[in-house]
Amino acid sequence: MPGDFRARVEALRPYLLKFASLQLRQREAAEDAVQETLLAALGAEASYAGRANLRTWLTGILKHKIVDAIRRASREHTLEGEDGTEDLDALFTERGHWVEHPQPWGNPDGALQEKQFLAALEACLRRLPERTGRVFLLREHMGMETDEICKELGLSATHCWVLLYRARMALRECLEQTWFSER
Amino acid sequence: MNVSCKEATRLMSQSQDRELSLGERAALKLHLAICRGCRAVSDQLEFLRRAVRRLGED
Repeated sequence: MPGDFRARVEALRPYLLKFASLQLRQREAAEDAVQETLLAALGAEASYAGRANLRTWLTGILKHKIVDAIRRASREHTLEGEDGTEDLDALFTERGHWVEHPQPWGNPDGALQEKQFLAALEACLRRLPERTGRVFLLREHMGMETDEICKELGLSATHCWVLLYRARMALRECLEQTWFSER
Repeated sequence: MNVSCKEATRLMSQSQDRELSLGERAALKLHLAICRGCRAVSDQLEFLRRAVRRLGED
């Protein structure tokens, strides 16, 4: 039944919007990507036929729309000041030793069961510089390969690795401050 | 080959994105064997990867 397919697709809109909102910070951009996804899906019901999981299929379409949106945005403006690792210098002495020795986190996998922890992680992601956050989420949330991301965004591999390194260190620091040192 | 903590963290991160060379792997392993702070960070970066994959799942 065509009406049935439409309703099932529409029911997944909130999930898709949440997914897109993580990757695209502007609410409008996320809504556009989801809208394009739903339209594409409704026009391609035949190619869905027989596939097991509607959500997986829709997420696959959405990923392409997100990459398109990011590619368009990065063509429009290049972001400055996200290329070095100077912001990490505060963590290390001149000779590259820790200023403050990191301590293990107690039972981090237990934290994964807590909604509040995931909210804290999302807050930390939003604090990353824009392009750094994008590259990180394409890599870790969408599971793209690094060379794919570089190619899409017109960055060198080395540049991608630097952005990912900075993202991981900044997130580690942020989680330490906002979550793990509080427990 | 001795690497600093800063260099070790860079290698930990890159090991999630590309295959490290034999020399890099050996240097990182040696560093982790003697540096408790970097061992903690290494675990935390692996945890971070698991955590981000959980986002958006119900």
